[in-house]
Amino acid sequence: MSIASYVLGIVAALLVLAVVVELLRRGRLRERHAVWWMLAGLLALVAAVFPATLAWAARLLGVQVPTNLVFFASTAILFFVALQSSSELTEIEKRVRTLAEQSALQELRIRELEDGKKQPPS
Amino acid sequence: MPPPSLRRTLVVMPAFNEAASVADVIREVREKVPSAQVLVVDDGSRDDTAERARAAGAIVARLPFNLGVGGAMRTGFRYARNNGFDAVVQVDADGQHDPSEVTQLVAGLADADLVLGARFAGVGDYRSSGPRRWAMIVLSRALSRLTGTRLTDTTSGFRASGPRAISLFAEHYPAEYLGDTIETLVIASRSGLRIEQIPVQMRVRAGGTPSHRPVKAAIYLGRAVLALLFALTRPRSSYLWEEPR
Repeated sequence: MSIASYVLGIVAALLVLAVVVELLRRGRLRERHAVWWMLAGLLALVAAVFPATLAWAARLLGVQVPTNLVFFASTAILFFVALQSSSELTEIEKRVRTLAEQSALQELRIRELEDGKKQPPS
Repeated sequence: MPPPSLRRTLVVMPAFNEAASVADVIREVREKVPSAQVLVVDDGSRDDTAERARAAGAIVARLPFNLGVGGAMRTGFRYARNNGFDAVVQVDADGQHDPSEVTQLVAGLADADLVLGARFAGVGDYRSSGPRRWAMIVLSRALSRLTGTRLTDTTSGFRASGPRAISLFAEHYPAEYLGDTIETLVIASRSGLRIEQIPVQMRVRAGGTPSHRPVKAAIYLGRAVLALLFALTRPRSSYLWEEPR
């Protein structure tokens, strides 16, 4: 491995961590969503600084080419992040639906009260 | 148990861009069942559905954007629950449900919590064909077994709900595609509601376009079966609700 690619790996991992931390700091990312990205960044940093750990982990898991372990781990993390996002999107859609229904009913109630059709509960 | 009185019956009409027909349907309902109240749930229409419905004498709730029939119906059930109605009858705003049958549906609530108006039960000349027909047959068989009642038209939107069904559906009424017809039957049956069907006539729509095009019929079958399977495998705890006093 050349010095350049060694440095590139470290810089890329640090960049990921820096962006995640900055987003967290500014409140643009909630902790629960940041966990996976932090994990990815930290793993990348360890593998970049000590390439031997990657080779060791690959041997341990019986993966012949260490790079393939990197691809496998990245895909797995991306998969879980996407799945978690879909699941939270579903939850948010559910809440938006409930709010929309409630807003429709409240608008109707305001109209009825304004028209004097109904007495407010005393 | 006596059936709910028509004076405490709410006709809920989900309407999405139905300006062409909604006023006529409301007028017909008010003529055929004068003592019932009509609530139009405008499902984010971009035309003047809401104005016309209001002018025709209906109560109108406007959803800020389109939620689909399920969202509109749950809004209706919540309105019914909050305002003490004993029966909710769903009538489509496109005029395919005959308002003169509302009385019969409500009468059916005397010994059931949910009464379906079925199109293939001998009255009228409604027919469908191809994959959509097969889908309906498969669904009817499966849901008849589950509910313990012979159901021939499970995707019918023309239904009456009694007090227990109103309480349940005010909490759980899926917004998913096909959820409003198939999954609601599963939810009702798994929550111990009694379901009955009575034969009704269907008419040609007065306006608007049908929501199922023939080309999409095959996809419809697949989605219907999937919807049923998911509904059946949902954990029981997803359907917590309070029985009315």
